[in-house]
Amino acid sequence: MSKQYDVVVIGAGPGGYVAAIRAAQLGLKTAVVERQHLGGICLNWGCIPTKALLRSSEIHHLLHHLDEFGFSADNIKFDLKKIVERSRGVAKQLSGGIGHLMKKNKIDVIWGNASLKGKGSFEVDNEGKKEAYSAKHIILATGARARELPHLKANGKTIITYKEAMTPETMPKNLLVIGSGAIGIEFASFYQNMGAQVTVVEMQDRVMPVEDKEISAFAEKQFLKQGMKIVKSASVEKLEEGKGLVKATIDIKGKKEVQEFDRVILAIGIVGNTENIGLENTKIKTDRGHIVVNQWLETDEKGVYAIGDVVGAPWLAHKASHEAIICVEKLAGLNDVHPLNTSNIPGCTYCRPQVASVGLTEEKAKEAGYKIKVGRFPFIGNGKAIAMGEAEGLVKTVFDEKTGELLGAHMIGAEVTEMIQGFGVAKSLETTELDLMHTVFPHPTLSEMMHESVLDAYGKVIHM
Amino acid sequence: MPVNILMPALSPTMTEGKLAKWTVQEGDEVTSGDVIAEIETDKATMEVEAVDEGVIGKIMISEGTEGVAVNSVIAVLLEEGETANDIGEVSADAPAPAPKVEEKSEAKEAQASSTAPAVATPSPAPVAASGERVFASPLARRMADQNGLKLEQVTGTGPRGRIVKADIEKAVKEGVKAPAPATAKSGGSMPAGVDSRAQADALGQPYEFEAANGVRQVIANRLLESKQTVPHFYLTVDCELDALLKLRSQVNKDEEGYKVSVNDFIIRAVAKSLRDVPAANASWAGDGILNYTDVDVSVAVASENGLITPIVKKADEKSLTTISKEMKDLAGRAREGKLAPHEFQGGGFTISNLGMFGIKTFSAIINPPQSCILAVGAGEQRAVVKNGELAIATVMSVTLSVDHRSVDGAVGAEFLAAFKKYIEAPAKILA
Repeated sequence: MSKQYDVVVIGAGPGGYVAAIRAAQLGLKTAVVERQHLGGICLNWGCIPTKALLRSSEIHHLLHHLDEFGFSADNIKFDLKKIVERSRGVAKQLSGGIGHLMKKNKIDVIWGNASLKGKGSFEVDNEGKKEAYSAKHIILATGARARELPHLKANGKTIITYKEAMTPETMPKNLLVIGSGAIGIEFASFYQNMGAQVTVVEMQDRVMPVEDKEISAFAEKQFLKQGMKIVKSASVEKLEEGKGLVKATIDIKGKKEVQEFDRVILAIGIVGNTENIGLENTKIKTDRGHIVVNQWLETDEKGVYAIGDVVGAPWLAHKASHEAIICVEKLAGLNDVHPLNTSNIPGCTYCRPQVASVGLTEEKAKEAGYKIKVGRFPFIGNGKAIAMGEAEGLVKTVFDEKTGELLGAHMIGAEVTEMIQGFGVAKSLETTELDLMHTVFPHPTLSEMMHESVLDAYGKVIHM
Repeated sequence: MPVNILMPALSPTMTEGKLAKWTVQEGDEVTSGDVIAEIETDKATMEVEAVDEGVIGKIMISEGTEGVAVNSVIAVLLEEGETANDIGEVSADAPAPAPKVEEKSEAKEAQASSTAPAVATPSPAPVAASGERVFASPLARRMADQNGLKLEQVTGTGPRGRIVKADIEKAVKEGVKAPAPATAKSGGSMPAGVDSRAQADALGQPYEFEAANGVRQVIANRLLESKQTVPHFYLTVDCELDALLKLRSQVNKDEEGYKVSVNDFIIRAVAKSLRDVPAANASWAGDGILNYTDVDVSVAVASENGLITPIVKKADEKSLTTISKEMKDLAGRAREGKLAPHEFQGGGFTISNLGMFGIKTFSAIINPPQSCILAVGAGEQRAVVKNGELAIATVMSVTLSVDHRSVDGAVGAEFLAAFKKYIEAPAKILA
């Protein structure tokens, strides 16, 4: 007889482990299947270790601007090995923490690769040792991986993806980053700040194309000021490996250019992990590499659900975690469960300067037919920003003129990733401009700019 | 535990009555349905039946006592195994539970009212439902306002039933369907008896379903609530119209290209009558009566969406032609659904005129929280007796529906007398 559970979650990333904990909290007999490491990519090879690296590059940046703050130091050096070790240590600490959480919630951790067998049963293969299980509810949280294209394939040494990019043994001198989405631009920012010459190639006509145009333009200006090279409306056609060098053929609006780099990072999107999990034994449908689900994260196979990156954009850990809660509470029969409103999911990019946003961009709002009011407030008008020596940035807000709904908020500058939740709360509660105007923001904080931006949208800005 | 037998309320307005006679004595065994006492009010005598089984433990109010307050304890019923010693447990001034007695009346009126829910429990003021807090996001509130929706009409799907943007969008797109939880509590709009749709579906009876729009839903909720919770009574009077018709043709001759209608005269006559009898311009407020100081007359207008009642405000201060022009504008916009909320919300008295359809008389349902509605029939030639001889007169019958909680029969009659006086001596209307 196979071992039976109420809920089994396949994949222990920020979607999977959260689903397991919530299910256990609700008194369901729960297990999680993981093939590699608790915490998934986010915790082990994504969000968290890169934040550790970016903290190092931020310190590097500050150390080279000590004079501004009245310090001096000679012979500033860094030890790349230690920086990477610290990053790995952070990931390890947190992964261990997930292990404790599983134990505390009496969740069985089954190691191996899971494959669905239909009708609530599945098999786990742990290095050839196979075991059968069954569960009333199976949640697929298998995540995603870096996309490669036929002409853009990683070799793990000179042409790499995120994993190698966050464990460098040596600093590249001349680095090419293909793709300027969140992942690409964070690595570009890290290496540029650590002293490498970085070139970013982006297919669209602006960096971070999902962000508001104004924010993209602001970011680009800052990157160029830091010495980064940015090639827009361009694609890399060919990568030729030479002796320690990679020759890249870049098509810039039809004009071909060959440039040499000592390292190339591929950040050209991600694809869902839908292979080898037995989808063929079920009625589950996929669409362009992602599992198709309804608003309750139910697949076409009864009793099988999917959450997180494997069901598609936005590929964000917090989206996965939130879907996990919705999925589990719904299957457990709880009342007062509500589908996820994707326009209320904030996105954060930890380059320097940081970028954070929630909701519609100005352009998208217009496309959707809204008549809008736009507010802006620059960091240069904020006391705290100037005191911090971080006077470059912008807070932009977009309102529906008719209803006063906050359609979107877009920020660039220091610590904006810690501020965006304020607008997230506002959007979730469906506040209007009035509620935001009536909110008292503390002084002196960067958050005052959020207030001022709202005031500006209605012609009431004070400090500008 | 011993059960208190309480003084029943025989009509919604009854506050006290006379305990005319006990038909049982202490120590008598009674079963449910046994007559135990007779109670007298100014209107009727009725029998009080035992609801529970037991022994009459103690008679608290002796026979012949007058002015016994409703819900006071008149006797104590002992259940099996209990003795008179247990009676001490019963607190005489315990909060009045649902009355443990049922009344059987010999008087028709009282019998009718004894079946009304208002007797069993004190009825809430009809407006109370709207006083409950409705949870809605700031954005939803603003959007509801912009779309002329009442939050009470919208079903919330947000956290803990909070009304959110999506709910307003749905309500705007699909019309308001479900009754708001607040109104559902006070009766709701779902038929309590037969579910019409379920029955039609079961019988295969063909129909076309038309989802209720906001106006229809309000009509359903408000009028159901009115008929269930407001103790209506009706007064009818005939008014001779000949003098008024003559005056009207004169007025219309003077006013070039503009016609004053009979209805305009009626509005004016109602306004003047309400000045004379202000007690008819009132609302029951649960613990008292609101006597309106302005004479705001609501006039029922049929629109495509359903009945709506625009208001001629301070009608007593306006001339006949002003009322006429204002009413024409209001009715026109009412039919197009273009009235602003302040133009149809409020009012102290309603006129509903179906005379143009040839209706002779009808009884209208009170438009809460108002106390009176005047149902106006057609003006038609009838045989009348004048000075002992048959004569022909143009006669219009009007029926006043009255909320007895706030307006008594005499007040209603007084109002109708004033109205009849104005209609039959119309020069006074113009004054």
